[in-house]
Amino acid sequence: MNNKEKLELAHWVVKEARTAGADDVKVDISNSRDISVRFNNSKLEELNESTQNSLSLNIYANNRYTGHTTNDLRKESLSAFITKAVNMTKYLSEDEHRKLPNPKYYEGRKDIDLHLVDDKYEGVQSEQRVELAKQLEDSGRNGDSRILSCTGEYGDSYSESVKVYSNGFEGSRRRTTFYVFTEVAMDDGNGGRPQAYDYHVSGHFSKLKNPKDISAKAIENCLAKIGQKKIASGRYDMIVENNRASRILGVLGGPMSGRALQQRTSFLEGKIGTKIASELLTVTDDPFIIEGLGSRLFDEEGIAAKRRVLIEKGVLKEYNIDTYYASKLGVEPTSGSVANVVLDYGNRDRAEMIKSIKKGIWVTDFLGGNSNSTTGDFSFGIVGQYIEDGKIVHPVNEMNLSGNIGEVLNQLVEIGNDPYLNSSWRLPSLRFEGLEFSGV
Amino acid sequence: MDKITRRKFLETSAKGVALASIPFVFQFDPLAAFAAPNGEGMDLNAYFEHFGVNEGIIKEVMSAALSRGGDYCDLFFQHNISSYIGLEDKVVNRAYTSVDFGVGIRVLKGDQTGFSFTEEISPKAMKLAAKTAANIAADTATKPPHTFSLQKPADFYPISTPWETVKIDRKIPYLESLNEKVYAKDTDIVKTRVSFSDDTTYMLFINSDGMISYDYQPMSELSASCTVEKDGQRESGSYDLCGRYSIEYFSPENLDLIAEEAYQKTMILFQSVKPEAGEMPVILAAGSSGILLHEAIGHGMEADFNRKEESIFADKIDKKVAESFVSIVDDGTNPGMRGSINIDDEGNQSEKTFLVRDGILRSYMHDKISAQHYKVKPTGSGRRQSFRYPPLPRMRNTYMLPGPHTKDEIIASVKKGLYADTFTNGQVYIGPGDFSFYVKTGYLIEDGKITKPVKDINIIGNGPDVLSKITMVGNDLEFAKGGWTCGKGGQSVPVSMGLPTVKVSSITVGGVNS
Repeated sequence: MNNKEKLELAHWVVKEARTAGADDVKVDISNSRDISVRFNNSKLEELNESTQNSLSLNIYANNRYTGHTTNDLRKESLSAFITKAVNMTKYLSEDEHRKLPNPKYYEGRKDIDLHLVDDKYEGVQSEQRVELAKQLEDSGRNGDSRILSCTGEYGDSYSESVKVYSNGFEGSRRRTTFYVFTEVAMDDGNGGRPQAYDYHVSGHFSKLKNPKDISAKAIENCLAKIGQKKIASGRYDMIVENNRASRILGVLGGPMSGRALQQRTSFLEGKIGTKIASELLTVTDDPFIIEGLGSRLFDEEGIAAKRRVLIEKGVLKEYNIDTYYASKLGVEPTSGSVANVVLDYGNRDRAEMIKSIKKGIWVTDFLGGNSNSTTGDFSFGIVGQYIEDGKIVHPVNEMNLSGNIGEVLNQLVEIGNDPYLNSSWRLPSLRFEGLEFSGV
Repeated sequence: MDKITRRKFLETSAKGVALASIPFVFQFDPLAAFAAPNGEGMDLNAYFEHFGVNEGIIKEVMSAALSRGGDYCDLFFQHNISSYIGLEDKVVNRAYTSVDFGVGIRVLKGDQTGFSFTEEISPKAMKLAAKTAANIAADTATKPPHTFSLQKPADFYPISTPWETVKIDRKIPYLESLNEKVYAKDTDIVKTRVSFSDDTTYMLFINSDGMISYDYQPMSELSASCTVEKDGQRESGSYDLCGRYSIEYFSPENLDLIAEEAYQKTMILFQSVKPEAGEMPVILAAGSSGILLHEAIGHGMEADFNRKEESIFADKIDKKVAESFVSIVDDGTNPGMRGSINIDDEGNQSEKTFLVRDGILRSYMHDKISAQHYKVKPTGSGRRQSFRYPPLPRMRNTYMLPGPHTKDEIIASVKKGLYADTFTNGQVYIGPGDFSFYVKTGYLIEDGKITKPVKDINIIGNGPDVLSKITMVGNDLEFAKGGWTCGKGGQSVPVSMGLPTVKVSSITVGGVNS
């Protein structure tokens, strides 16, 4: 089913649901084709190829609301599905806040090409997929004599989706995704088996990084773990690697959501316009980055995407509030989610920043941990490198980083110029002073 | 629990028309003919009808799957129906349902896998998917089996009332009642949230060895959380009960338990302090502390990581890894528990597998490919998230058997340490064996006594190291009662765990530095 056919089906579902008694209806139909090829230890390990469909239906009837999904898109099945969905809605309690977005928020949708689809997708041959996976595994396995196991994987995905709402919204999206991935496990000569990976994901096949570079980085990451040990508990400066910085800033995700604010589980309640972080920190949601992994012209609810400054020079400017919680809170919806996260970048990269550290830890990965959105407290396991007088001394592991995000963001002293572009969170390396680490 | 996902950069009745019945000939297991019906009272013919297939169609699909010389294939039919009802701001104001239906087709050539699935269970769509999966081999066609024989499924989770027969108007009073019970605890409660979810899976499994099996898998969960505000401070906590139970499990007593625990777990946070950062003895309370086993040893004992030489446990079978009073099992047979399965997703019988017996490392958890590699019997551990995925060795209910010590003597043995009792999540690096888990609530231990509560701290350690530091094991084994989900290779499966009171002599605890 192409997007045109999906739109026709979605309009039919809207009509059927209204006939069955719905006041308003939201229909999302999507499908995707996913292919992956994995090599392990010089053998083709797994070939995976399938197509899937999904239809999601939201019913609004007499101020009542339910949501339903199915993967059977045949009209004869859908008729019964729709009737059942509408009937079930009658049993819910009334909730005046549950309604479709005001159509004024659909307006102003930009008409630009975000380059999210690779026109060459159809031309990618099975042999090319297998060859890429083989190269990833080959270059990884042969990259170092200490390697015990190597996995190389190539995958791609083509997805299409449409949205039709009974109050006039109509939208469709298409996206292609390609990825290359290498993971290696090594014998560290001491009974340990460090393991590390690297990957690259792109919307365009021709822009995928060279498999050899991916494997080389995976091996480099693995070698960097040999000789890990924990150091004494204490306060240390920290540089967090660009590709892991989202773990720290991500602690704000829950507390900034409309649901947490309305449900009184957010430590950021009432903090709009107040300083919550170092004035170096400016966080923007930019949905319009060409080829951006989170780029979009409208959000999940159909609200026209716009560039939003969430934190400006440390001052909280905007929450992420969807239509439902906006109505409950008596405010305007912003968007229930972020598209691409960008910062105002600094002047130095990680290598330069390390030179400024007298006694600190360069965190290269997190292991587990969690945070409390009601208080902002967090505690994460970490892996990284111990730094003394601007030089890397040895790798560290088995340590915890703990703190309160409200305090920690004020200990942010430098923002790098090296954003990680392999994610919708395009964060640079970040440097903090005096954070709490636990070890020996 | 979330083991590092291999593909973290990619992201979660419409049943087939029953065909006119055709008489089938089966070599029935003699016991099966007398077996009590499962929760739904369905026999094999009913499963065939449910999925709209018959022996002839299955043979045709298998022929396509083996058309390029694969040496094995299997078909995993699945129909899943789930529902979620939510209460927020004192009213039941949201409900969600989902229907999922399809068949996964896997072809093996040695330990190589070809996989495809289709959501349309027509002979044409199935044959197309089978031909895609067939491409893992490049040889002359192999023949499908002539006959099929039924392997009788066990019945570890009989339920009296199938969830599909419980309509929404019967569930709503449970949410309302639970909500009232929570609010009745304290006038300082500012918000509550309650949810009730259930999930029913029909699965039919057939492989080219001629084996057929099926299962009916119910699941349900009732959960409450609350936010309390006192003197300008605000805290939130929650509790849930979950398992392969029917609605009768959610008795007034169990609703009282959820309300009480959700409230107490919130109130305790008001008095919490931060522990001092660093290494210290940690006592794990009986129950959901079994998360320690899941992360410290469970994942590392999944045979795929060992077959590929990636696990820290790869060379430790038959070696002493813990004190002689430590025995750890992964068990799919506990009645009603969330991780229990009658058969695994490769049709193998579920069992109780000893990972560690009397301190000695005994057995990995196997799926078909790894059991073939190690030339051992499968352990019934081949599981998958749905028909969209090939199976992997996975945990079920992982727990430690009771030991020789009492809870009181264990606590009394610690001068200064941590007593950890509720958890939210954990993670492990399989290779080095480093793992961590997050302690939502616990207490300081000072001079052999439980004193001030603590909250929101991470614990980090190394699997083999921590196993060797288990110096005391209580006689009070308890199982987790909540809904745990394990992630691996991008696939989530329901699991559970258990632990008696256990003392680890030293482990690194997150906290503040004096």
